[in-house]
Amino acid sequence: MTEPMLPVGYRVIGRTIETHDAVTLGLEPVDRSLDRFRPGQFAMLYAYGVGEIPISISGIGDDGTLLHTVRSVGAVSRALHEAQPGAVIGVRGPFGTTWAPEDAVGNDLVVVAGGVGLAPLRPVLLAALAERSAYHRVVLIAGARTPDDFLFRAEPDVWAASGDLDVVLTVDRPAAGWDGPVGFVTEPLARLQLDPERTVAFLCGPEPMMRFSARVLLRDQVPAERIRVSLERSMKCGIALCGHCQLGPLLVCRDGPVVSHTVAGPLLAVPEL
Amino acid sequence: MSSAGLYDGLSAHEREALLRTSHEEFYDDGERLFDEGGYAGFCWLIRHGRVALDSTVPGRGQVVVQTLGPGDLLGWSWLIPPYRWHFGARAVGTVEATVFDGEQLKALADQDPRLGYVLTRHLLGVVLDRLQSTRARLLDLYSHD
Ligand SMILES: Cc1cc2nc3c(=O)[nH]c(=O)nc-3n(C[C@H](O)[C@H](O)[C@H](O)COP(=O)(O)OP(=O)(O)OC[C@H]3O[C@@H](n4cnc5c(N)ncnc54)[C@H](O)[C@@H]3O)c2cc1C
Ligand code: FES
Repeated sequence: MTEPMLPVGYRVIGRTIETHDAVTLGLEPVDRSLDRFRPGQFAMLYAYGVGEIPISISGIGDDGTLLHTVRSVGAVSRALHEAQPGAVIGVRGPFGTTWAPEDAVGNDLVVVAGGVGLAPLRPVLLAALAERSAYHRVVLIAGARTPDDFLFRAEPDVWAASGDLDVVLTVDRPAAGWDGPVGFVTEPLARLQLDPERTVAFLCGPEPMMRFSARVLLRDQVPAERIRVSLERSMKCGIALCGHCQLGPLLVCRDGPVVSHTVAGPLLAVPEL
Repeated sequence: MSSAGLYDGLSAHEREALLRTSHEEFYDDGERLFDEGGYAGFCWLIRHGRVALDSTVPGRGQVVVQTLGPGDLLGWSWLIPPYRWHFGARAVGTVEATVFDGEQLKALADQDPRLGYVLTRHLLGVVLDRLQSTRARLLDLYSHD
């Protein structure tokens, strides 16, 4: 049996620079693999000697390799961001709830991502593309500050070109050469002409972004239980022991990070809990 | 904001009256619909394609502040003095739009205040949405700095 508090060694086998402050690390088990992650779940990544933080899975290999996309914001994420191929980091997991894209089968799947929020949603998009015929429309709306701030920059273009995914990338500030949409994610979202009877929506990004996007969906009559959001709270144990990640009645590491808007809505409306 | 929204709450007769003030227009990629500071006499309901709103910034040229797409209403400066465009607008790709004549819309609303009210309420809804999304962008939400 796996000891949930004991990190398992994973070696960095790939490091892709996504933006000026985010990289995707490919991790391969040194001796032993963790259980298979599902879309939306996260790992506690331990930069030895620095500390441990929750990072979502952004890709799941069948061979036990993991992809994690890390934005450098503080001491631990900076250490992980700087980890070079060959380095070993500690991994615990899988933890938390999943997006469960299979619940959207037969429906329209609308994915709205802001900034680094695209990372936890990437496995959902890949899962939907792998079983494309199981869904009606699949839409991705991703927002970033500038065109250079999009993660996985080449992928959405490929997905859009395949015709399998409606992709809208929108920026706050265009740069030379950008002739795509300019504006907040809520604008293309409001333009979608949704069929609320058969829409399932997954939102991930900063909390205000998810709040505003959920409001647009609710106004379009999409039921709150079919809007899912991913919550972020600081974490220590990841296994519902320490109480660090408490948000109202939830322990986000156990009851989240993915929850329906029925649960998240009232909590997101409260400034500090 | 769907195109249907503009006609919501209007009778068939009122809708016809509204459409009588309009005509269809097509724009090629890069063609300008209007320029900053120009006289604002029209309002567009975009049916196909994308329109970029821009502003001239010294040293940076024409900076796009927002893009609008199918179903979006473009332009409300025709409603409020001094009837001048605050931004310029350019077609991105081929654009099809229904163009309403601002003078005729105002005359119609003066004659039929109920229609005027429904129309104004719709416009206010559009303005409010744009204001909220502009505010959301002011929060610079995607960065953590
Ligand atoms: C379930 C879950 C999944 C996550 N998935 C990812 C992921 O896939 N990729 C990723 O890059 N991050 C992800 N995060 C966020 C990541 O855990 C934090 O960025 C990290 O904990 C920061 O730790 P640090 O020691 O580097 O920074 P700290 O020293 O803890 O913080 C440095 C500064 O950054 C601020 N800060 C810390 N975290 C955030 C944040 N999330 N948003 C905004 N400001 C912040 C702090 O307030 C502080 O000012 C996830 C968080 C959770 C809870
Ligand atoms: S992180 Fe310890 S209870 Fe959730």
